[in-house]
Amino acid sequence: MAQVTRRKYTFYLLGLAITTCAAIIISSGMGYMQIPVTEIVQVLFASITGNGDLLEGVDKAIPLVVMDVRLPRILTAALVGGGLAMSGVVYQGILLNPLADPYTLGVSSGAAFGASLALLANIVFSTFVSVPLFAFAGAVATLFIVLHLSSFQGQVSANTLILSGVIVGAILAAGISFIQYLADEQVAVIIFWLMGSFASRTWGDVAIITVAVVLGLLITLYYGRDLNIMSLGGRSADSLGVETARTRKILLVTASMVTAICVAVSGIIGFVGLIVPHLMRFLVGPDNRKLLPVSLFAGATLLLMADTVTRAVLPSEVPIGVLTALIGGPFFCVIFRRKQKRGSNA
Amino acid sequence: MHRVDSYQLNNVSYSYGTTSALEDFTLSLSAGKFYGIVGPNGCGKSTFLDLLVGSKEPESGTLLFNGQPLTTYKKRDLARQVALVPQNFNIGFDYSVEEVVLMGRHPYIHRFASPSLKDWQRVQDAMDLIGIAHFAKRSIMELSGGEKQRVVVARALAQDTPILLFDEATSNLDIQYTLQIFDKVRALVEKEGRTIIAVIHNLNFAAAYCDEIIFMKEGRVCKTGTVAEVMNAPAIAEVFGVEAEIRFDSFSQVNQVSYRYGGQLE
Repeated sequence: MAQVTRRKYTFYLLGLAITTCAAIIISSGMGYMQIPVTEIVQVLFASITGNGDLLEGVDKAIPLVVMDVRLPRILTAALVGGGLAMSGVVYQGILLNPLADPYTLGVSSGAAFGASLALLANIVFSTFVSVPLFAFAGAVATLFIVLHLSSFQGQVSANTLILSGVIVGAILAAGISFIQYLADEQVAVIIFWLMGSFASRTWGDVAIITVAVVLGLLITLYYGRDLNIMSLGGRSADSLGVETARTRKILLVTASMVTAICVAVSGIIGFVGLIVPHLMRFLVGPDNRKLLPVSLFAGATLLLMADTVTRAVLPSEVPIGVLTALIGGPFFCVIFRRKQKRGSNA
Repeated sequence: MHRVDSYQLNNVSYSYGTTSALEDFTLSLSAGKFYGIVGPNGCGKSTFLDLLVGSKEPESGTLLFNGQPLTTYKKRDLARQVALVPQNFNIGFDYSVEEVVLMGRHPYIHRFASPSLKDWQRVQDAMDLIGIAHFAKRSIMELSGGEKQRVVVARALAQDTPILLFDEATSNLDIQYTLQIFDKVRALVEKEGRTIIAVIHNLNFAAAYCDEIIFMKEGRVCKTGTVAEVMNAPAIAEVFGVEAEIRFDSFSQVNQVSYRYGGQLE
C-alpha cells in the first residue's frame, strides 16, 4: 500500500487528467441551456484553431455561452480546486500534519481579510487596489503568525498548530465582519464573494490563477524529494543534506501564494486542500512527487463537479464555499478521530 | 575507502535564547574510534551532535572538520561524510521500510534522477546487516517503537558515511537488539575504520563498547580519555552524583559499573 508501481501511477495520473478534461467538457454543456457534447467540442476546436467554418450548423448563441460565460467559470473552478489541493499537500508535508490545509491553518482567512480590506478600499475610497496582492500579504502574514504562536523552541507541535490556526482564523473572521460593517450598503459585494462563488468569472481570472498554479506546481515539484525527506523531521532532513530551513520557507510561501490567489478569485473554499491529498495518498502513496500532480487533477475535478452541481443541478445557486464546508467538515472530524486513536497507540 | 576524518572544536558555545547549552567546548575527535558521550539529561549532548552534523552553527568559537570550518561545507557534501541516528523518530506518512532506508541515499541521488542499482544495493546491505530485510515492504506506521528504531539505524548505514552519530539510538530497544546494534557498530569501527560518536546513557555499554569516553556536565566537557583512564568512581560521582564502583567483570571480560542503590550523593 505504501508503494505504487510506475505503471499504476501513470495509469492514475492519465485517468485523472482525462477525467478532468471530460468534466470540463461535460459541465460546459450543462445549465439553463443544454448543449450536446459534440457541439461543445466543435466550439472548442473552432476557438482554438480560429476556424469559423467548424461552427456550421451550431446555434449562434452557443459559442457565446460556452466561451464567454461558462468556460471562464468552469476553468476557474477547476484551477482553484487544483491549487487548493496542491497547497494542502505542501502544508501537510511540511508541517507533518494530516489536518493541515489552507483553511484549517487560517491562511484562507488571512487572504480573505487582506482581500476584504482591498475591496473595502476600492468601494469606499474608489481606489483600484489589487485584491490578489492584498490577499497574498494577508495569507503570508497569517501563516507566520500562526507558526509563531504554535512553535516552542523551534519545534512546531501538530495539535497546537491547528488550534493556533483556528484562533487566528476566528480573530480574522471578526475583522472581516467589521470590514463588512464599514462597507455599509455595499456589504453584499463582500459577503457574496466571501462565501465563495465562481459566478461571473472572466478570462482575466483564468489567466491569473493559471500562472499561480503552474508556477506553484513547478516550484513544489522541484522540491518534491526534499519534501519527502523532511517527513523524517527537520533534524534528520538536515543530516541528509536538505537545506531544511530554506526549503520550508520557500514551500510555505509558495503554497500561501497559490492559496491567496485562489481566495482572491473565488472567496473562501474550505476543506478541498484537506480531503483531496488524503484520498490521493490512499491511491499513490505518500511520495510528494506523485502526490502533487494527481492531487492537482483530483482537486480540479472535485471542485468543478461541486460547482456544476450548484450551478446547473440545484434549483437555486448555493455558494460553493458553503457546499464544500458541508461536505468537508464531517470529513475533517473523521480524520481527526483517526489521528487521535493512532496517537494514543504510539 | 574511508578517508581520515577528524573534528576539532575550540571554545565552541551555543545557547537557546538565554539558556546556554554548550560553553567553551574544546575537544578533538579523530578517525577510527568509538566515542561515547555520557552525562546527565540536558547537559547539551544532543546540541553537540547537532553541531557535528551541521544542523546548528556555533555562536562563538571554531568548529573544524578535516581542517576546514564545518560551515564552509555544503550540506549535501557533509551528508556524505556524517550520518545521524536521532533519538526520537516519528513519521506521519505511510512510507514503507524500504523507502525510509532509501532516504539515506538522498545525498547521492541527483534531484530528478532515480535511485541507481548501487543505491538499491546499499539499501539492501543496510537492511540485511540490521536484520530488517524481512519486513522491507511493510509500512513504517505499523511498526513497533523498537522496529522503527532499527529502520532508522539502517537508514543511517545506507548513507554510507565514514562518521556515524548516534543520539541514544538504542533507548527504545530490548536487550537483544541493543547488543546486536552495538556489536554491529563496533564491527564497523574494527573492520572499516569508521568513526562512531554515540550518546549513551548506560555506562556499562559505554565501558564495554567505546574506545574513548567524553563526560559532559552543564554544557562543558568534564573529562575525556580512554575508558581505562576516565571511567572511574570519582568521575561518575562528579558528573552524575551517584556512588559507583568499577570492577573487572569476569563474565563479560570488561570493566563494569555497579551502583550503590538508595544512596545518591548530595
